[in-house]
Amino acid sequence: MKNNSLKKITRIALVFCGCALVVSLFVPLWSIYLTAPQYPEGLAMYLWPNKITGEYEIINGLNHYIGMKTIHPDDFWEFKVLPYALGFFAFLCFLTAFLNRKIWLYLTLVLFLIFGVAFMVDFWLWEYDYGHNLDPTAPIIVPGMSYQPPLIGFKQLLNFGAYSYPNIGGGIMFGVALILAILAFIEYRKPKQSEL
Amino acid sequence: MKSLKFFGLGSVMALLLLSGCKPKGTETAVTGDAAERVYVAPGKYDEFYNFVSGGFNGQVNVYGLPSGRLLKVLPVFSVNPENGYGYSEETKPMLQTSHGFIPWDDQHHLSLSQTNGEVDGRWLFANANNTPRVARLDLKTFKTVEILEIPNSAGNHSSPFLTENTEYVVAGTRFAVPMDDENGDVPIESFKSNFKGVLSFIGIDKQSGDMDLSFQIEAPGINFDLSHAGKKKSGDWFFFSCYNSEKANTLLEVNASQNDKDFIMAVNWKKAAELVKAGKGRKVVTEYAHNKFDESTHTATSTMKKEVIVLSVEDMKDAMFMIPCPKSPHGCDIDPTGEYIVGSGKLAALIPVFSFDKMIKAIADKNFAGEFDGVKVIKYEAALHGEVQKPGLGPLHTEFDGKGNAYTSMFVSSEVVKWNIKDLKVLDRQPTFYSVGHLMIPGGDSAKPFGKYLVAYNKITKDRYLPTGPELAQSAQLYDISGDKMKLLLDYPTFGEPHYAQALPAEMLKDQVKFFRIEDNKHPYATKGEAESKVVREGNKVHVYMTSIRSHFAPDNIEGIRVGDEVLFHVTNLEQDWDIPHGFAIKGAENAELLIMPGETCTLKWIPKKPGMYPMYCTDFCSALHQEMQGYVRVSPAGSNTPLIYSLNNKKDNAQSPVKAGETK
Ligand SMILES: [Cu+2]
Repeated sequence: MKNNSLKKITRIALVFCGCALVVSLFVPLWSIYLTAPQYPEGLAMYLWPNKITGEYEIINGLNHYIGMKTIHPDDFWEFKVLPYALGFFAFLCFLTAFLNRKIWLYLTLVLFLIFGVAFMVDFWLWEYDYGHNLDPTAPIIVPGMSYQPPLIGFKQLLNFGAYSYPNIGGGIMFGVALILAILAFIEYRKPKQSEL
Repeated sequence: MKSLKFFGLGSVMALLLLSGCKPKGTETAVTGDAAERVYVAPGKYDEFYNFVSGGFNGQVNVYGLPSGRLLKVLPVFSVNPENGYGYSEETKPMLQTSHGFIPWDDQHHLSLSQTNGEVDGRWLFANANNTPRVARLDLKTFKTVEILEIPNSAGNHSSPFLTENTEYVVAGTRFAVPMDDENGDVPIESFKSNFKGVLSFIGIDKQSGDMDLSFQIEAPGINFDLSHAGKKKSGDWFFFSCYNSEKANTLLEVNASQNDKDFIMAVNWKKAAELVKAGKGRKVVTEYAHNKFDESTHTATSTMKKEVIVLSVEDMKDAMFMIPCPKSPHGCDIDPTGEYIVGSGKLAALIPVFSFDKMIKAIADKNFAGEFDGVKVIKYEAALHGEVQKPGLGPLHTEFDGKGNAYTSMFVSSEVVKWNIKDLKVLDRQPTFYSVGHLMIPGGDSAKPFGKYLVAYNKITKDRYLPTGPELAQSAQLYDISGDKMKLLLDYPTFGEPHYAQALPAEMLKDQVKFFRIEDNKHPYATKGEAESKVVREGNKVHVYMTSIRSHFAPDNIEGIRVGDEVLFHVTNLEQDWDIPHGFAIKGAENAELLIMPGETCTLKWIPKKPGMYPMYCTDFCSALHQEMQGYVRVSPAGSNTPLIYSLNNKKDNAQSPVKAGETK
């Protein structure tokens, strides 16, 4: 029975993860950054758990040349779900620390990884839709060209260089996933060590 | 004949003696590394903004230093077809005066706003010499935001000079004239009795910068040339150079050059302001325009003011004094400490330097030489710090480097002369090409000169640039003054005849407005989205609420306009992005085109004279589809019944596409 409880350090780390996820509710998750010769100062767009900020209106204006849909925060059901999902995982971290059971730690890890993967897949689909679903009457049509921004990293899209990378919130999500995995690994190994 | 020859030889000898040695040739004047020192690599910025008066073109030209690259021409007193300034309905009121719409002027001097005697980068003031006016430009937008006409004046030359905390900007009249409430229809013979030289003090609101003509001083009828406020200990005083103390009114080149000494007039502006507060002065009925540009409605209004308070010489008897100054003083410059007042007798062969402390002591000791038209004249020697001997010929203007040195432009001997303020010894001299008027050191008339560069603004340009017919470009020359000797670095051409200039570190203007927020646009005819675009007829007036965004207008076609209609295109640029203006032009427009900044609304009035199809289009290459940014206005004969309709961004365009009906009110 004793072997099923968590190390003190694990419980502290879980509380830390929970707090970090609370923080992630109030910071941008992801950044998309565009540069072009005529935009040396760059155009930035930030995805928060519940909104989009940055110069997306300008990006909308530019995207009309290639017939891309305009971006409106209201169009994303994700913004209604994400804050609750992140809040739920913060709660789950606190709960696991409180319940002090390994099984809860494993459960938290697995659910969070599923959530993380789903988040990335959803983000990618969203980018795919914007990049491929183009207005056939657009003024500029380059045969075979699509404008899907990268999930993470850099991609050249006509005259624009597009960068995509996690912001603070995204960093927290990666960090939490990593910490949970390490904790689960340590806790999984612990009873074996005590048997030796 | 013999005596004439002798005279000529004598003057050449005198010139050589005075200027010390033969002026150096152009070739030897430039040092080896000059190109390197003015080179601003592509993509790099200049270190200073240089605001240069446009002279008779009525504008202000903005250069970068040290490159000498022209950055912008700012319309102030002149209409500017480039952006519709003075042509658009919103900006027409800016050029309103009591004489009607005056679309040009002679712009001489500039003054940057100051705090504690140092330039603060908030506003730039400009004078109009011909129809006396003072303008204020906002350095966040580089736009002219206010113009105030000056009554009781003619030739607003000693202007716009500022007190050290931008409390007042002055406007001293160059021409003595009869007061506005007196009959001006008088014989010129009555000059001495009827003509007055009025000094105007325009109060400036600390926060908004708004100008208000606080009071005027009815000084003797002499010509006021230039001025500068004191600073620090002399901060309560203003100094004006005066010429024609002879009060001559014909052939002034001889008759106004008779007196050995004219004056520098010292005015205690603080005391004058107190006198006005205490109820002194008479109310003079006059008429002068006050024009203000509201940056939220993007619209100017012109108000006619009717009255001004004028203090008399009698009111000012303890607050206004004359200091004799050799022959026709021009420049009147105060050193950064506020102690030394440098006069420049443009016909004198020396530079008199007065001491503020000595002046105050002379007033306290009543060390007067007499009176001039009721103004006490301080004894020359009592106020004199000393004279710079043999500085060159024709000293005009002096600026300071903040290291105890003064630099004076010499019109006749065509050079810049550096001298020490304390011991008055000449330290260096460099030729200019040619006949330098004003010179400028960034911050050089403030308490904190930057002391790195000096720019000479020349009156004659022969052989400096490729010739352009009988009329040549004007010229400015940049010198490095960081070392003991001045070094010529660069020539650059300028517009109009540059008079004075100001400069400040580019660092100070980094918080500029990049575009106007559309939410903040309070223009009564703003269209804040394409959906709001419409066409409204009110009798023979047609208001077009039009928007522009890359790369189309809404509406893009209008029908039902009749010959003789007054069509008002209120164009709102919907862009919210830096450096994306749109233009608007229509065939046959008699005024100009418009250049509308992002978030701004501008109105063009157009009265079609003949039936037909009139294309309209964007004049500023805004995007890859700029050339498609166009539309038509159909004009029918007067009295016809063509319905008022317009098309609003009809995609998959065809002639049968749906259109909206215009409203009639
Ligand atoms: Cu355009």
